[in-house]
Amino acid sequence: MISLIQRPEPSRAWSLATPLLAVLVTMIAGGIMFAALGKNPVEAIKVIFYDPILGEFAFYYRGQLLVKAAPLILIAIGLSLGFRAGIWNIGAEGQYIIGAVVGAGLGLAFFPLDAWWIYPLMVFGGALGGFLWAMIPGVLRVAFNTNEILVSLLLVYVAENILASMSTGLLQNPDGQGFPGSRNFRDFPAAYNPELIAGTGMHWGVVAAFIAVIFAYIVLARHILGFQIRLTGEAPRAARFAGVNPTRLVLLCFGISGALAGMAGLFEVSGPAGQISIDFNVGYGFTAIIVAFLGRLHPIGILLAGLLMALTYIGGEAAQAQLGLPAAAIQAFQGMLLFFLLAGDVLTNYRIRFGRAEAA
Amino acid sequence: MTGTIPLLKIDGLTKAYPGVVANDDVSFQIMPGEVHALLGENGAGKSTLVKMLYGLVKPDAGALTYNGAAYAPTSPHAARETGIAMVFQHFSLFDALDVAENVALGMENPPPQRELAKRIKDVSEAYGLPLDPGRLVGDLSAGERQRVEIVRCLLQDPKLLIMDEPTSVLTPQEVEILFATLRKLQSEGTAILYISHKLEEIRSLCDAATILRLGKVVGRCDPREKSARELAEMMVGMSLHTPSREAKPKGPVALSIKGLSAKSASQFGTSLKDVALDVHEGEVLGIGGVAGNGQDELLMALSGEIGSAPDAIVMGDTPLGAMRPNERRALGLLAAPEERLGHAAAPNMSLTENAVLTGRVRKSLTSNGFINWGAARTFAEDVIGRFDVRTPGPTHAARSLSGGNLQKFVVGREILQSPKILIVNQPTWGVDASAAASIRQALLDLAAEGAAVVVISQDLDELMEISDRFAALNEGRLTPPRDTQGLTVDEIGLMMGGAHDLGAVA
Repeated sequence: MISLIQRPEPSRAWSLATPLLAVLVTMIAGGIMFAALGKNPVEAIKVIFYDPILGEFAFYYRGQLLVKAAPLILIAIGLSLGFRAGIWNIGAEGQYIIGAVVGAGLGLAFFPLDAWWIYPLMVFGGALGGFLWAMIPGVLRVAFNTNEILVSLLLVYVAENILASMSTGLLQNPDGQGFPGSRNFRDFPAAYNPELIAGTGMHWGVVAAFIAVIFAYIVLARHILGFQIRLTGEAPRAARFAGVNPTRLVLLCFGISGALAGMAGLFEVSGPAGQISIDFNVGYGFTAIIVAFLGRLHPIGILLAGLLMALTYIGGEAAQAQLGLPAAAIQAFQGMLLFFLLAGDVLTNYRIRFGRAEAA
Repeated sequence: MTGTIPLLKIDGLTKAYPGVVANDDVSFQIMPGEVHALLGENGAGKSTLVKMLYGLVKPDAGALTYNGAAYAPTSPHAARETGIAMVFQHFSLFDALDVAENVALGMENPPPQRELAKRIKDVSEAYGLPLDPGRLVGDLSAGERQRVEIVRCLLQDPKLLIMDEPTSVLTPQEVEILFATLRKLQSEGTAILYISHKLEEIRSLCDAATILRLGKVVGRCDPREKSARELAEMMVGMSLHTPSREAKPKGPVALSIKGLSAKSASQFGTSLKDVALDVHEGEVLGIGGVAGNGQDELLMALSGEIGSAPDAIVMGDTPLGAMRPNERRALGLLAAPEERLGHAAAPNMSLTENAVLTGRVRKSLTSNGFINWGAARTFAEDVIGRFDVRTPGPTHAARSLSGGNLQKFVVGREILQSPKILIVNQPTWGVDASAAASIRQALLDLAAEGAAVVVISQDLDELMEISDRFAALNEGRLTPPRDTQGLTVDEIGLMMGGAHDLGAVA
């Protein structure tokens, strides 16, 4: 019989080791899956994990890495604050969309004006859009005790429809011969989010993601707000006893995560995506949830997890193109990563004992 | 009783858990019709022992003989088949079901509801424990819930009834009723294994006693021939230190509560109704009452977790009722809730972090919102050192501490913030005798320095020992306080039972 014994304290060693272990086990299990699909597993793993960084065409992929990782990290950092406090914002995708729409709309309103303040105004607009969209589930929870998971999730679909309406209506490119989608920001230099260092993928969104990581690290480790967030997640009654105002905390966590998701949307629309279009959102808001947990809800962990997740995306696409692996196999591979990580979490809080079962 | 074979013979029972031997070669026997006391402090191994008797835990070594035949229960079901029934300390009842439904859930082959209801009525009346089978358990008092558990056992017609601390939730009057029932059962030949650490009860009820300490049998006696103090010293293994204090005149009013009504946060909680109380500087005011009569709510209303009308709680000239917990702390009103893990402390957080939990304001552990972890650690170390908290250090998680040590930390954390008023709920619940004595002494010392101390507790002995005045909570109402000196057990029982107009002298 195998039994789990709760550790008196979470093991630090295991909490650091499990992410690495999870990546390793994912490679093995994924390799078996690829082999079953008739592909060379070693080759597939190499294409996914090695080639994008050090392979022959890495110069192309390396830039993509930061471009894909930045929105994931920025959104996941915001979500992690709420998740730590047991406040579940599942609708970052919607806040990302609304942030992009509001920020892009603000910028396009001044087309073709060339002024230095347009881009900062757009970033602010993006944050504001995401913030306000996140306030809907936040305020509903505080005022009517609604389930914020449902409300925030369903608002994603509302946001998607707003996006579709905008790209074929209000924000549609007047010079676009009737094609859906807004003007391209490449044609609007004052509102464009360029690559800052050629070939690296570095843009303002990447800078913002790094700042968010540092900011979140300081808040969680040093500031009373971070303490209150952690305390609320660990022991809600103790948090109330310690004087944490639950209403304020819910609004704050929703506000921060919404603003960061909105900013991520703005950086994306004004840079890599280039324009508001019907299929502008590609699921960063949902993947960021995985990134947040993969990173242990810890800022540094999220930084690494965001990069890793971006790598599996890029490598996965490469594997699809080069080896003809089905997209579903890549998604299953990413799913395995999360699965093994969460399974590994058990080892942090429990130790395994082999031996006689204990009735109690 | 010579000539009869023992009903249950326990022979060399041993059970070890990682790091602790819960039962070490325990042997004793229970005769038919005997009320046998199992005495011991928290952690002495009483619970493990009865769990083995009831088939919940399998012993590592040793044998049981029931009525002359080998007995090795593999489940509570087997134990009940044999004729052993148990009433647990914590009830296993569903609030949302009625009495008959709850009883049916615990039976192997429940008869149809109508027949069962009749049998419940018959049995409960025959043993002096009146119960209405149709009532919702959520509406019953703790004493009535216990009756449900007992009646459930009696319907199985047990030969041996195990009772784990049955009186901890009862008023003195309810205890008398319970004892009458137990004596009636005894006269019919049912043996009772009675677990308790309340010595006076054991002296008045039991025929024989086995005393456990650290998993070993350290004594056997006839409790009727020993004094309570002798029993206590056998139980603890040393002579006990009685907290000391000196009588002194009453100080000015430190905290004035008037017309305090507050709704409970939980569905089956008890709302406070028009509570009034003056607490004076330098006094210890004890608040008794059966569990679930508003103790939690009173603490939360005073700590600021539940808001109330601003002038329902007044400290000096400052109305506190609408203030948040940290505003109250800043003024010197501190509190230590009953539930250590999850309310008073966060289980997975370190002791340093738990020191910040309440110490932030009065110990100035933050500046501009940033936590001074060095100062927090020093404060946590101070609490650990001054209150003899056994832990390797302040970086360890709260849940790694034993109950008694965490309680010392929780109470010490408030006391070292030099409160003007301190509210504690169940300060020594589940704490071993020596730690309990040191916590009580610390509360008395605090009062001697001029603070007003309110102790909410279900342990009447404790309240009688340390408090200057006594009040009782009943269904969310508080009786007017009375001087502890000269208060009789009968009067206390009436106060706990809800007699509010008992010619109170405040």
